[in-house]
Amino acid sequence: MLAFLIRRLGQALVVMLVISFLSFSIQDELGDPLRELVGQSVSEETREKLRDEMGLNDPFLVQYWRFLGNAVRGDLGTSYFFKRPALEVILGKLPATIDLVIAATFWILLFSIPVGVFAAIRPDHWFSRVAMGLSILGISIPVFLTAIFLIYLFAVELGWLPSYGRGDTRMLFGGWETSLLTRDGLRHIFLPSISLASVILPLFVRMIRSEMMEVLEAEYIKFAWAKGLRKRRIWMLHAFKNTLLPVITVGGVQLGIMVAYTILTETVFQWPGMGFMFLEAIHRVDTPLIVAYLIVVGLIFVVTNTVVDIIYGLVNPMVNITGQRNEP
Amino acid sequence: MKKSLTGFAVLAGFLAVAWPLHAKTLNLAYDADPVSLDIHEQLSGGTLQLSHMVCDPLIRWNQELGFDPRVASSWERLDETTVRFHLRQGVKFHSGREMTAEDVKFTFDRLKASEDFKGIFVNFSDAVVVDDHTVDLVTINPYPLVEHTATYIFPLDREFFSGNDERGRDKAEIVKHGDSFASTNISCTGPYTVSSREQGVKVVFDRFADYWDTDSPGNVNQIIFTPIKEGPTRVAALLSGDIDFAAPIPPADLNRIDSSEKVDLVTMSGTRIITFQLNQKRKPELADARVRLAIVHAINNAGIVEKIMKNFGTAAAQQSPKGYLGYNASLQPRFDLEKARALMAEAGHADGFSVTMMAPNNRYVNDAKIAEAVAGMLAKINIQVDLTTMPKAQYWPKFDERAADIMMIGWHSDTEDSANFTEFLAMTPDEETGYGQYNSGNYSNSEVDRLVLDSAKETDPAMRAVMLQRVEQILHDEAAFVPLHWQDRAWAARKGVHIDQVVNVMNFPYLGDLVMD
Repeated sequence: MLAFLIRRLGQALVVMLVISFLSFSIQDELGDPLRELVGQSVSEETREKLRDEMGLNDPFLVQYWRFLGNAVRGDLGTSYFFKRPALEVILGKLPATIDLVIAATFWILLFSIPVGVFAAIRPDHWFSRVAMGLSILGISIPVFLTAIFLIYLFAVELGWLPSYGRGDTRMLFGGWETSLLTRDGLRHIFLPSISLASVILPLFVRMIRSEMMEVLEAEYIKFAWAKGLRKRRIWMLHAFKNTLLPVITVGGVQLGIMVAYTILTETVFQWPGMGFMFLEAIHRVDTPLIVAYLIVVGLIFVVTNTVVDIIYGLVNPMVNITGQRNEP
Repeated sequence: MKKSLTGFAVLAGFLAVAWPLHAKTLNLAYDADPVSLDIHEQLSGGTLQLSHMVCDPLIRWNQELGFDPRVASSWERLDETTVRFHLRQGVKFHSGREMTAEDVKFTFDRLKASEDFKGIFVNFSDAVVVDDHTVDLVTINPYPLVEHTATYIFPLDREFFSGNDERGRDKAEIVKHGDSFASTNISCTGPYTVSSREQGVKVVFDRFADYWDTDSPGNVNQIIFTPIKEGPTRVAALLSGDIDFAAPIPPADLNRIDSSEKVDLVTMSGTRIITFQLNQKRKPELADARVRLAIVHAINNAGIVEKIMKNFGTAAAQQSPKGYLGYNASLQPRFDLEKARALMAEAGHADGFSVTMMAPNNRYVNDAKIAEAVAGMLAKINIQVDLTTMPKAQYWPKFDERAADIMMIGWHSDTEDSANFTEFLAMTPDEETGYGQYNSGNYSNSEVDRLVLDSAKETDPAMRAVMLQRVEQILHDEAAFVPLHWQDRAWAARKGVHIDQVVNVMNFPYLGDLVMD
């Protein structure tokens, strides 16, 4: 197990190194950060002077080497806009994004399992057909459209829920500000979390349904029927448990993808998380922040994949993640 | 029963009077928040909006483009190069200190040292302290725009910014990139103090108890400012009542806001001119004035304003908007396809030619759509346009390279004066002096150059008007550039928030004077 984790750590470092190199090499294409830092009537001469001071005129490899040297010491650069260390800025925004992901995951788990299982067991039922139809719709509608629709319906027309922002937050464990523990915060997270869930939920419903249908066709299920076991026991214990294996694998990857979707959701809802911050950073050509964000997200992907692999090993004893050979 | 009703009415009346004095909170949303609390760090709309909330200038623009006294109660011209400002007595900084002429001098010197602001003060040699409440602004040559420039002087608290902070940094230092004392701390004389700030998320302003302007009708005690970047979100927040005052309003939402019973819309003809520049160096065909005139005649800019801008703009035939000294009333948009074709034929280009065009797609209102429309209009006189649009972050480096034959640029005059347009957009490019820095067309006319330079030394407004209107006439006759329109400005607020009294064409709402019911 330890060897596995160490190997994963090594992989994570490689991933982050590659990401940092790639994001560094595209930074010239993003635009000129100086344009966002100074007014329009500032002379080219002054801008050139500032560029020199900031080391933006150095050759690519010199800049990258300097970046790596600082990164080893935990310094991913200083954001031009926030004027604080990029990593500090991102960690400050992380709680808001994680709140959102937790809330969306809650919706996904709440609805995908019962709906998916029901649609597998009773594929011809009207509810299954409607659910499948809606899931296609859900996958096809872009998340920002869902978000704007929800805002207009629930915030503008009905006036039930707030239209933007995060609301009141409560401090948790001394550094974690969460909006999941206040009434106002929950009101604020309702629409964004549903928007975010709206892309992933249909996928889960369909996945659970098809996996479950496949399992229901398996020999051991037929045997269980023949044995005369109770319906509920066959569905829940024998079929559903085996359905979960692929769902966990794909689910882990989807969790990472959800982080990507937070960029859109957070932007529409003005949610002060790191996805919104990232899009703003791109508009402002805040390169240190962009690079640091990509590295952090890369790390999140590696970590979720590792956790998924570990869970998979626990759920399915046939899989040995440590790669050790089982002696017969 | 009747008595108790009267009592209730009295109580209600009392509450109506007393309540406003205690809790009036304005939820405000602009598209961006200021990058720094240092008002001399970046010359931008956001900085000036902040300046007018936290500070007060010597004098400020009013809605009629005249000047109102602020911390300077009066001013007079002493001679060709000196204007004397008399400061108000008893103006308090947020630190509690009383403002004096020394603070004005400190601020003036700091502005002259600021990379972003020194351009505005280039014609000034000194601020001379005469006594505690009198200061003279001295210019190098006779200079007509002393008042215009004085609107940029928001006296800062000299003592607050003297010495070093606990990290050993000079408190007065202006740092463009990175952290400085002044970028997170400010003491000024304005109606509000910054009580908390989470950059990019929220800024809370509280009314300054010792604000000098006791005549101000403003009754807002607290402003909670949230930058909301996305137009639709900002509008939704306003319509749902989460926000009391929002700006800017995207043209697509103007109708809905205007017809809403919950909110009021205020629009104003703007001062930012949107143009296309025709590069004579890259494309020799464009050096022929007849071709440039043909292009101007082929572009239906009134149609663009109507169809694309949804009438959220004013079709232009010159740079200076109405109300500016150089505005030349005789110049009108001149869309005439027949004439355009005739001019092309006369120049020997009846069969046309092809050009490259670039425009940003997130800088000006509907910029990319306007560029597409213009490309379509030019096709009618056989000019084939290869159009590229891109985000502003990538566009500006391209603009600096002069990367296309036709490039879009919008300009707002920092001095609210006509000469500024020509200095940056149409004077002969000169790296030494910085004139023509944004003249990607390489248009050059020595008479225009001379008139603009002379106007900078002419202190008689009537004479300046003649000069600057002549400049507009020449640029118009030679089709130095393609004028499209001035973008309108729009603000919207919940009913009962009287923003119409405090907004202005410069787009720094004077929130200190805002009245809420």
